[in-house]
Amino acid sequence: MSKTVIKIENLSKIYRLGEVGTGTLSHDLNRWVRMNILGQDDPYAKIGQVNDRTKKAEKGELVAALRDINLEVKEGEVLGIIGKNGAGKSTLLKLLSRVTSPTTGDIKVKGRLASLLEVGTGFHPEMTGRENIYMNGTIMGMRKWEIDRKLDEIVEFAGVAKYLDTPTKRYSSGMTVRLGFAIAAHLEPEILVVDEVLAVGDAEFQKKAIGKMQDVSQNHGRTVLFVSHNMGAVKNLCTKGIIMTNGQITQINSVETIITEYLKANYSSNKCNQLKRIPLVFNFLKIKKNNIETESVFFNQPCEIILSLKAIKKTVETDIIIQIINEEGIKISSINTAEEGFGKIIINSTTNLHISTEKLNLYAGEYTINLFIVTDFGNELIESVKRFNVLSTPINNSGYTYSKKHGYFRLFNTLTIR
Amino acid sequence: MTDYDLIIRPKRHAFDINFKEIWQYRDLLRMFVKRDIITVYKQTILGPIWFIVQPILTTLIYIVVFGRIAQISTDGTPQILFYLAGITIWNYFAESFNTTAKTFTENANIFGKVYFPRLIMPLSKVTSGLVKFGIQFTFFMVVYLYYIFTGNAAVNPNWTIALLPIYILLMATFGLGTGIIFTSLTTKYRDLVFLLSFGVQLLMYASPVIYPVSTIPEGTMRNILLLNPFTPILEGFKYAFLGAGHFNWMSLGYSALVAAVLLVMGIVIFHKTERNFIDTV
Repeated sequence: MSKTVIKIENLSKIYRLGEVGTGTLSHDLNRWVRMNILGQDDPYAKIGQVNDRTKKAEKGELVAALRDINLEVKEGEVLGIIGKNGAGKSTLLKLLSRVTSPTTGDIKVKGRLASLLEVGTGFHPEMTGRENIYMNGTIMGMRKWEIDRKLDEIVEFAGVAKYLDTPTKRYSSGMTVRLGFAIAAHLEPEILVVDEVLAVGDAEFQKKAIGKMQDVSQNHGRTVLFVSHNMGAVKNLCTKGIIMTNGQITQINSVETIITEYLKANYSSNKCNQLKRIPLVFNFLKIKKNNIETESVFFNQPCEIILSLKAIKKTVETDIIIQIINEEGIKISSINTAEEGFGKIIINSTTNLHISTEKLNLYAGEYTINLFIVTDFGNELIESVKRFNVLSTPINNSGYTYSKKHGYFRLFNTLTIR
Repeated sequence: MTDYDLIIRPKRHAFDINFKEIWQYRDLLRMFVKRDIITVYKQTILGPIWFIVQPILTTLIYIVVFGRIAQISTDGTPQILFYLAGITIWNYFAESFNTTAKTFTENANIFGKVYFPRLIMPLSKVTSGLVKFGIQFTFFMVVYLYYIFTGNAAVNPNWTIALLPIYILLMATFGLGTGIIFTSLTTKYRDLVFLLSFGVQLLMYASPVIYPVSTIPEGTMRNILLLNPFTPILEGFKYAFLGAGHFNWMSLGYSALVAAVLLVMGIVIFHKTERNFIDTV
C-alpha cells in the first residue's frame, strides 16, 4: 500500500465578485469586527453557492471557486485534472502552490512540492541564460549548489549551450520556454504540480517535455498533478483522472474512463438550438453511414455528414466551417464553404450542408466536430456539436489495421510496389 | 497517521512566521540583489556614476536655496559636506522605503505564479539599496577626505564614527518596516500610492536633513523635532563625521526602539497580507 502524499480535506475558496475594495470600507469594517473581535463567521459569505458562470454576478456577491474538495493522492500517482474553463482547476493548483490560501479546509503535503504554473518565472530579459537559470532555480526553491551541480544537464536539455552567456532578450520565444522547462524539470521535487505550460513550444518540445514528466513519474516514483485541456497529453501521461465541474470534483476514475466521460458530458451540454450571437438556429448535425444515422464510422469506408441550419433573420456573407477535432484537442481538418468555391452564401430559410467521402481516411479514434460560422452579424464558434468514433478496419484484408500510432490520417490512398 | 511536511490552512497566527524558511531561501535573496544590480547598469553609458549625479545636483541646489538664499546655518561646517552627509544617509532610507513600498504591486506577476517567503523580496531591495548607498557614501568620503587633508578646522571627526554600521542598520530597518506596512495597505487601498511620492519628501523636511537641530529655537518646535525618530540618526551621523550636531545614547536608543516596533508591526501586517493579496491586487 503506497503512502498518501497529498491529503485535501473540505477545501473551499471563496471569491467576492464585482469590484473589490471600492465603497466597501464599511462592509470591511463590519466583517472585520464580527470575524476578528466577536469571532463569528463571515456575515457576507454564502458558502452554499455553486460557481455557475452563466448567471450574471450581483455586485459584491461571493462565489465559491472551490467547494468542499476532498482528495487523496498516493505516492507515484500521476493525476490528470480536467474540466472546463472556470471549473476550479487553476484555483486548486494555486492553493497547492501556496500562491493564495484557502477559505476553509486544509491541504497536507508530504515531501517537497514544486509547482509549475508558468515556465521561467523571474526571468529578466537583460540577464544572460546562465544568470536566469540561477534566478529561476532559486525562485523555485533550489539552493545555489544544487543548480551548480545540475547546470550542465539543464543546458543540455534546453539545447542552449551556445547562448548561455547571451541575454535572454535575444532568445527566441521557443528557446526561452525550453530553458524555463529545463530548469523546472531538474528540480527533483517529490511532487510536481504542472499547469498547462506545455501548451507553448513546438511539437518536438512538447514530446520531450511529456517524456521527461513520464520519466520522472515512472522511473523515479514521483507524484505528478497535471492540469491540461490536451486530452492526448493527459491520456499519455496520467494513470488516474478527476473531472472538476463548478468548483467540485465530480468524478475520480482511471484516466481512460475520465476522458470518455468528459468528452461525452461536454457533447451533451452542447446540443445547440438558437445561437448566441447570430440569428440562426442549429437544427442538427448527423453522421450517416450508408444512409443510416450513426456515431461510429469505419476507416476507409464511406461517410456522410449533414448539417442543418435555419435562419431567424436573413444572414448574408455567411461562411460555414466544419472542423474535425481529435482526442488531443487538435483541429486536424476543416471544410469551409468559401474555400470550396461557394463564395459568401445567404441563409434565408432552412439550409442543409452535405459533406461526404467515399473512403474516410481518419485513423481509428474519437473525434468531435466544431462549427464555426461567420456572418454579417458576427462570428460564432459552436464547440462539440457532435462526437463520433472511427473504428479501424484492415485494408484489403491485410490482417493489419492502422491506428493512432501511425499518425492522424491516411494522406495517400494507393500504394503499388513494382 | 503519516506526519506531513507541509500543512496549508486558512488561518495562521499573526506571529507564526517561518524564519527558518527565509534562511533557506538566502540564495534567492542573493539572486534578487544581483538582478537589481545587473539590470540597472545594462545599456547605460555612465552606469553606477548615475548614482552620484543625483546627490551632486541636489547638494548644489540646497547650497543655493537653503545656504545662500535662506541662509540656514550649517553649524559652521562646510555647506557641501553638511548637505552631502544629510542627503547620503537620508537617501538610503528613502530608497529602501520607496522600493519596498512597491513590493506587492510590482511583483504581483511573480507572486501569482510561485511561492517563496515573500519577505525575501523587500529584504533584497534593502540589500541592493545598500550598494547604491555604498557608491554615494564613497563619493561623500572622497569629498570628506579632501576637506580633512586640506585642513579645514570646522571638520571634527570623533569616535562615534564607529557607530556608522548602527546608523545604516537603523535606516534600513526604518525603510523596511515602513515600506512593508505601506505595501500591505496599498494592495487594498490603492489611493495610498499617491502619498508615497511626496510623503518621503515631506518627511525629509520634517527631519534635520538640511538643517541642524540647533537652528530650531528651544521650545515646542524643538521638542517635536526631537520626537522624530530620524533625528538622532541624522544628527548622530553628522556629529560623527563633522563634529556638529548632538549625540546621546538615550535618543539613539529611542530611535532603535521605534525602528524595532515598526519592523515587527510591518512583518505581522505583511505576513497577514501576503496570504491572500493575489485575490485583491
